[in-house]
Amino acid sequence: MNRRTAQALAAVAGAALLLPGCTGTGGSAKGADAKAPDDPAKVSGTITVLTVRTDLVQDGTMKKYAAEFNKTYPKVKVEFQALTNYEAEIKIRMNTDDYGDVLLIPAVIKKDDYPKFFASLGTQAERSKKYRFTDFTTVGGKVYGQSPVGVMPGFVYNKRVWKEAGITAWPTSPAEFLADLKAIKTKTDAIPYYTNFAAQWPLTSWTYVDGSVHCDPRATTKLAEGDPWAEGSDLRVGDTLLYDIVKQGLAEKDPTTSNWEESKPRTAKGEIATQWLGTWAIIQFQDAAKKAGVNPDDIGFMPFPARTNGAFCATVGPDYNQAVNVHSPHKEAARAWIDWFTDKSGYDKDNLAISPLKSAPMPDVLKPYEEAGVKLIELDDSAGAKVKLIDDRSEVGIYKPEYRQDLVDLARGAKKGSLDDFLGGLGEKWTGTQKNVSH
Amino acid sequence: MARAHPHPHAVAQGAGKASRNTEAQARAQAQARVQAQSPMEAGAGARGLGSKSGTRRAARPPAPRRVRARRLLTPWLFLLAPLALLITFTYAPIANMVAYSFTDWDGVSPELHYTGAENYAEIFTREDLFQVFWVSGYYLAASVIQIVAALYFATILSFSVRFRNFFKGVLFFPSLVNGVAIGFVFLYFFQDGGTFDTVLSLFGYQTDHAWLGTPVSANISLAGVSVWRYLGMNFVLFLGAIQSVPGELYEAAELDGAGRWHQFRYIILPGIRPVLTLTVILSVSGSLSAFEIPYIMTGGATGTETFVIQTVKLAFQFNKTGLASAAAVVLLLIILLVTWVQRRLVPDDRVDLV
Repeated sequence: MNRRTAQALAAVAGAALLLPGCTGTGGSAKGADAKAPDDPAKVSGTITVLTVRTDLVQDGTMKKYAAEFNKTYPKVKVEFQALTNYEAEIKIRMNTDDYGDVLLIPAVIKKDDYPKFFASLGTQAERSKKYRFTDFTTVGGKVYGQSPVGVMPGFVYNKRVWKEAGITAWPTSPAEFLADLKAIKTKTDAIPYYTNFAAQWPLTSWTYVDGSVHCDPRATTKLAEGDPWAEGSDLRVGDTLLYDIVKQGLAEKDPTTSNWEESKPRTAKGEIATQWLGTWAIIQFQDAAKKAGVNPDDIGFMPFPARTNGAFCATVGPDYNQAVNVHSPHKEAARAWIDWFTDKSGYDKDNLAISPLKSAPMPDVLKPYEEAGVKLIELDDSAGAKVKLIDDRSEVGIYKPEYRQDLVDLARGAKKGSLDDFLGGLGEKWTGTQKNVSH
Repeated sequence: MARAHPHPHAVAQGAGKASRNTEAQARAQAQARVQAQSPMEAGAGARGLGSKSGTRRAARPPAPRRVRARRLLTPWLFLLAPLALLITFTYAPIANMVAYSFTDWDGVSPELHYTGAENYAEIFTREDLFQVFWVSGYYLAASVIQIVAALYFATILSFSVRFRNFFKGVLFFPSLVNGVAIGFVFLYFFQDGGTFDTVLSLFGYQTDHAWLGTPVSANISLAGVSVWRYLGMNFVLFLGAIQSVPGELYEAAELDGAGRWHQFRYIILPGIRPVLTLTVILSVSGSLSAFEIPYIMTGGATGTETFVIQTVKLAFQFNKTGLASAAAVVLLLIILLVTWVQRRLVPDDRVDLV
């Protein structure tokens, strides 16, 4: 190395040492509140609302909501930005102060950091009287976000196909579920279960079996404190079911080239019988049915095949929570949007979703749930932050697709090993990290 | 419902967007600065027109120092813009990355702690992080095939062949297509009952093989796509090099009775040796850092995870930006090392055909 390169390298190294100063928002505005405005006519300003609903921004639906909003708040101008890959893009933007006025709380932000990034919407004591899911965003007694809809995991299935296979009642155990899928395989032409392996993220839905298997509102705390794959635990039951489905040849022939967009019309038409997703998917599948010219009422929804004290159980949780940027110059207007969008927009009804208001009734699509006496529970999320931390540190990724992809590979023989060893290995990684995470 | 279909390429796209934004900002700022300056300059110009031209005239013969200074300065003035861009968008981010590699940063948190060489220690002590390099073996093997094929086609098409330009176009075409698009196209290609199966059945082969189904099959398929994608680039490089070999050499060789093979062996091969070495180096580093095609087609599932995919996952799924930065630095060092070893083994001599 000659002297000049040495000098250049030294300069780069010197710059490298100085540069971390450019990182982060500094947290100067820590602990701001976004108060609800007293007089709707007086609030003004232009606010930018970030969303993942690219489809609704493109087809003008969001503009219609904004026009409706302006009837109450005439001086607020609402602009939308739809991000196609929300988590990755927002993560980069949140290194600056400019990440919209209203945004969705991304998974990457640690719960303790919420006050540094978002303005509080009020105390939990106050808000929990009216709204669901407040503890998912509560830090130090203050709430930082509100989801405009509630979602519930479950199987989206084609009622017609299931009926053709001679099944009249929802299966009540994993064994029964497998037997039903087998009946579908033999009696109909449909693919009994579709993994959506290639799209990756649909596989992560399987983590949300947590809580519904044993109808336990403290399921998240259990993840934080114990081995999620212990004998008989929720995740183990769910993962074993997925494993068996694939192992017994009840899933699509080649999962590696599966196609999410195509899976919607195929399910509507009855080429695919079942998928484990959530209530959020129902409207998409019904739309696909309408486009394909088949009956949207064929799309059904059923809970995880397990009963506690004789009843099915399903967990209701928030979707993305909307929050106000702590650096926003128009916090009142931003707050007004969140309140209006949550309470009055009708967004929940438009999406056939569960209302975030405690007083609202269940949507019509969940009528069968009421008839079957499915017990709905809300998971306690006080240990949610710790679970995420363990998940990241251990690189197990219960909210990431990789481990379920490995599970499917294992089941179809593309990866060597036994299910017990695989789940045991995950448990070991998890509990090993657990010890070092104090929270 | 809010779970939008995540586009696999969007990580890269996101980063691209961010830099595009800053670029636009920088441009806007530069413009603002020019505008701010221009009235002043205009004034100075009006006032100092005489004196300026005076100095210029006077400077010519008797002030060689000034001329020399200007001569030294001029190239740097021309270099100012490219250097500023290069530093802002290449060296500063790399310096930043190196700095992050010594921290435990998660990518967003305002807080980050200096952890010394801990990330590097973790990378070198965790066996699983290096296992992914086995996958690079497939791409390395593929790049051998790729180079041989590119060389073969380049040689043939450098002689006069019918429909020469058409074949050149066919071979180069994949290089013009966006890598992400290629990923999607081949996803359909390898689908169960997709294009590949259809084409095979036309020839009477009824296969029921899941092309991306097992690690070996998936990696071979992906490496195959990579050959298709990058063959054209190598081909063009070789073709250019071959055409720069003086034509009279072939004539002389033909007069001496050398056949095509001898012409290739004794004229073309030595003639394009520097380009060949370069291509080999690029292929090796490309194999070690394969990303686009496997990331879009399989996302690293079924044993197709490469080192870069693993790094992206560490940074964007598990939020270990510090560790991922260290991994990126390590990959850079490995590639530099491999290149250095290669240059040692095959020194880059000047070619002298005559």
